[in-house]
Amino acid sequence: MIRLRVNGRDRELDVDPAMPLLWAIREQLAMPGTKFGCGIAQCGACTVHLNGNAIRSCVTPVAAAEGGEVTTIEGLADLVEGEGLHPLQQAWIDEQVPQCGYCQSGQLMSAAALLATNPDPDDAAIDAAMAGNVCRCGMYSRIRSAIKVAARASAVQFFDPATSEVEEASHG
Amino acid sequence: MGKWTRRAFITTGVLAGGALAVGVAIRPGHRAPKVAHKVTDEGETLVTMWVKIDQNNRVTLIAPHSEMGQGAHTALTQMLADEIDARWEDMAYQEAPALDEYANWALGKGFLLGDADVPDALVPTIDGAFMKITKAMKLQITGGSTSVRATGVYGVRVAGAAARELLIDAASEAWGVPASQLIAQDTHIVDTVDGRRLSFAGLAEAAAGRQPSATPSLKTPGEFRVMGQSKPRLDVPSKVDGTATFGIDAQVPGMKYAAIKAAPVFGARLVSVDSSDVQAMDGVHKVVELDDAVVVVADGYWQASRALDGLQITWSETENDAKSSDDLFAQFDASLAQAMEGGESKTDVEEGDVELAFADAAATVEATYRVPYLAHACMEPMNATARVDGQGCEVWVGTQNPLGFRYEVAAALDMEAEQVEIHQHYMGGGFGRRSDADSAIQAALIARAAGVPVKLIWSREEDVRHDHYRPAVASRFRVALDRDGGIKAWENVYHEKHEPVEAPVIPYAVAARKIHHTDSPTHVPFGPWRSVDHSQHGFFTEAFFDEVAVAAGRDPYEMRMAMLADKPRHQNVLRQAAERGNWGETLPRGVGRGISLQESFGSLVAQVVDVHIDNGKLKVDRVVVAIDPGFAVSPDGLTAQMESGVIYGLTAALYGEVEIEQGAVKQSNFHNYRMVRMNEAPQIDTIIINSGEAWGGAGEPGTPGIAPALVSAVFDATGVRVRELPLAKQDFSDWG
Repeated sequence: MIRLRVNGRDRELDVDPAMPLLWAIREQLAMPGTKFGCGIAQCGACTVHLNGNAIRSCVTPVAAAEGGEVTTIEGLADLVEGEGLHPLQQAWIDEQVPQCGYCQSGQLMSAAALLATNPDPDDAAIDAAMAGNVCRCGMYSRIRSAIKVAARASAVQFFDPATSEVEEASHG
Repeated sequence: MGKWTRRAFITTGVLAGGALAVGVAIRPGHRAPKVAHKVTDEGETLVTMWVKIDQNNRVTLIAPHSEMGQGAHTALTQMLADEIDARWEDMAYQEAPALDEYANWALGKGFLLGDADVPDALVPTIDGAFMKITKAMKLQITGGSTSVRATGVYGVRVAGAAARELLIDAASEAWGVPASQLIAQDTHIVDTVDGRRLSFAGLAEAAAGRQPSATPSLKTPGEFRVMGQSKPRLDVPSKVDGTATFGIDAQVPGMKYAAIKAAPVFGARLVSVDSSDVQAMDGVHKVVELDDAVVVVADGYWQASRALDGLQITWSETENDAKSSDDLFAQFDASLAQAMEGGESKTDVEEGDVELAFADAAATVEATYRVPYLAHACMEPMNATARVDGQGCEVWVGTQNPLGFRYEVAAALDMEAEQVEIHQHYMGGGFGRRSDADSAIQAALIARAAGVPVKLIWSREEDVRHDHYRPAVASRFRVALDRDGGIKAWENVYHEKHEPVEAPVIPYAVAARKIHHTDSPTHVPFGPWRSVDHSQHGFFTEAFFDEVAVAAGRDPYEMRMAMLADKPRHQNVLRQAAERGNWGETLPRGVGRGISLQESFGSLVAQVVDVHIDNGKLKVDRVVVAIDPGFAVSPDGLTAQMESGVIYGLTAALYGEVEIEQGAVKQSNFHNYRMVRMNEAPQIDTIIINSGEAWGGAGEPGTPGIAPALVSAVFDATGVRVRELPLAKQDFSDWG
């Protein structure tokens, strides 16, 4: 029995410890938002967070997540305080990023991990963090814009001029 | 059903003198009770076959086009909202079920009649004839960039206008006032005399009982409120929170998972499989043998996939077991040589005296261009889920042709089409690949053999190695120049003729032209790939044109403009791209700029591409795209399609190559079938020109022009003329 937390919930998985986390999430936990794209960590469609880091779940055995904290696209909005979407999800809508949409769960999870460590990434940082995620519809320029929009939105959201106090950015 | 092709469809249509009208779109809902219960729920009224209205005044378009990211659902809904005069917030889209009644004849219309208007008097007659043909072809296809320009223009707008008139007529009767004093506004009918209003919902039932006009009055562009606006896509919110359901996400109670391995060499059959080591593996349910594939059905996909790897499989030998890409291209060259030297060929265009022009040419330019096979590599690997019992079959899948899939699955199971139900899903990419039913048929056969519902998922390796590929093609040119550097004659011979038929035809004024083709069949299966034949010929003709311009000592842009003197619309597109792209600037060594023009699917697209060589590596910096689609229903949606089309074509031009080795495909996954990624993606600037001409397509026209502009830019930067894609095969280490 493998124990882990997924999107804040304790889960137990009675599976082969070698099973990739991707298939445990999709089939055992019936959370299909995380996608299968290549099976060899080449496309990023399966990206989730394990203890806050973006990982490719198609090559990560369930055993490696034992005792860990996993966040999937279904839990992304809960990483920020309050109701509603994660700033990246809102930016994805505002910039009309998705086309077919299949890669976008992975894109969003990679982008969220980036912003958690680098709240104001430049183009080089975005390239480095996002080059592992393929978008076959080619929406790279919109993904880049949306990350910058979300970064700005977060900066505004966590800075309240009335009190002149900068709150801790807790969206990672 | 037999194997359909777009060609066969067009031919059939022409023979029958077919054309399009709007009959089905405006067929009253109450005359189709069998269909009505499949597309409406409690409290919803089917006003016409394509329009339903519920008690909350929600107006839903029911249309036969699927969504793979191209934005068709939203653009079509905009078209209905405008013509029926509903508030955008009240609109919804529902994809038509896979029923004969929703066959989309409009695709045929788009190809058949081009932009010809159908005289009103003929509408009822030709409508009937054309519908019959389409139903016979079982087409419900999303392809050919037709959703807006054909189904939308000839179906949805008419359906919306007809429904608006029905609602007005119903209100006129209810209130006892002339229809002429009533207008539709914000999902209500309003009396302009006394200001009273009634919602569409309150009138829907009465409207549904009336006979709609086949020729309702459509809005003029000046009256558009929703068309021409960049409305947020209806499908986007579900694609940022993981709730969008793709075919691969289908959940069917009791289902098992299947992994498949098909014969590596196309045409080989399964001889035997030793599954003794696998049957006892944890979670394995059954090993299923198909004619040309082996399948493991298990509790989960990973177990199935692991077990599949452990099977000892023997495939039959074929005559193609030793074939390589080199062999195939040698075959193509031989076919072309034969056709060029007077052997048999079929003529696309023959005008003027080509031989005479060559006989007294001041100079000639000759070249052969080649492109490889390409896989579609949709992000969502091929998959389908099926349940089969004595009564029939259900299939859960994302498809570009639900009705075609229904008939093909029925034929494979020896069932009637009525016994097969298709549950349509979003597609994680289509690009033409999801118009072929192979994986759905496999899923149905496997589910029947396994005796349980089965979700079949292809591995990425299977997806790359068993695609229906964009054909590899060679194309040979020769051009005769006069003393002033003008083109006197243009001859082109190629092999592999598919659609659209006009793909190799250049728009430039040349007095003597001969464009012809021959056949050079191979064992590699092929299918439509974003922009179909334009994807090859756009590269061939425009890249060769650049080469000719250089040989003639002329500027490639100026030479095009001069040869388009009678085509101001083409000139305008080209000029706008050139101006935004700073054409004519002097660039340093190692930096280059290229230009192209391509008319496809009813739209004109010019591209200007900037490149530079950085430490021996080719970098694409910027792409300017100017498109004249006649009218952009959703400017942002069109812009997104240009960006997408460019990146799709850029991936192909830079990296795309499926090679044949020992009869089978060598590439297998994204490490050796590379994609353009974030760090390589150029800036793309899109210019939209609403010329007011007939509306053109959006999904495909952005793709063909990037490769020729790119190789022209490479020549400009380096002097290296690239005639074979992909560019990754070139060595730029001497350049900067």
